[in-house]
Amino acid sequence: MTKSELIEKLLETNTVLTRKDSEMVVEIVFESMKNALQTGDKIEIRGFGSFTVRERSPREARNPKNGEIVSIPAKKIPFFKTGKELRERVNNP
Amino acid sequence: MTKADMVEKIYEKIGFSKKESAELVETVFDIIKTTLEQGEKIKIAGFGNFIIKEKADRRGRNPQTGDEITISARKILTFKPSQVLKAAINTK
Repeated sequence: MTKSELIEKLLETNTVLTRKDSEMVVEIVFESMKNALQTGDKIEIRGFGSFTVRERSPREARNPKNGEIVSIPAKKIPFFKTGKELRERVNNP
Repeated sequence: MTKADMVEKIYEKIGFSKKESAELVETVFDIIKTTLEQGEKIKIAGFGNFIIKEKADRRGRNPQTGDEITISARKILTFKPSQVLKAAINTK
């Protein structure tokens, strides 16, 4: 399911919602999560999961093409931990 | 930040009541959860993809007792952040 399919699906659930509204709702949901992560904030969505920003230390790696050593600077990565409810629902036998 | 912050923004920007805004946020996550439950992935451009991965049986050990156990096959959800999100987090 893509973002536009999600917008479509949300539209179907609510008769007063316009397409524009549905687009805005979905945009706001993901934009606010992105903004929170940008400021280093933790996100907790009960029943879904949580997002945190993790720090990766700088390291040395090799360019697989020519074997040269390159140093990779420290960076931050978004990390998602699935919530209990969703973890169980996804693993339905 | 939580769902309440999203509700607040929808209330401010679109003008739905707090109750309607809360229901909309709830519905968005319900749709996502139901889709993932069915094994279908979610692809959000500019944010990332939520993908279901099938894990096979594997041998493991109980770290407390050292007993060997079999970890059963299972389906897990993974999040792969988009390049856009990764770049956004690393700027400034």
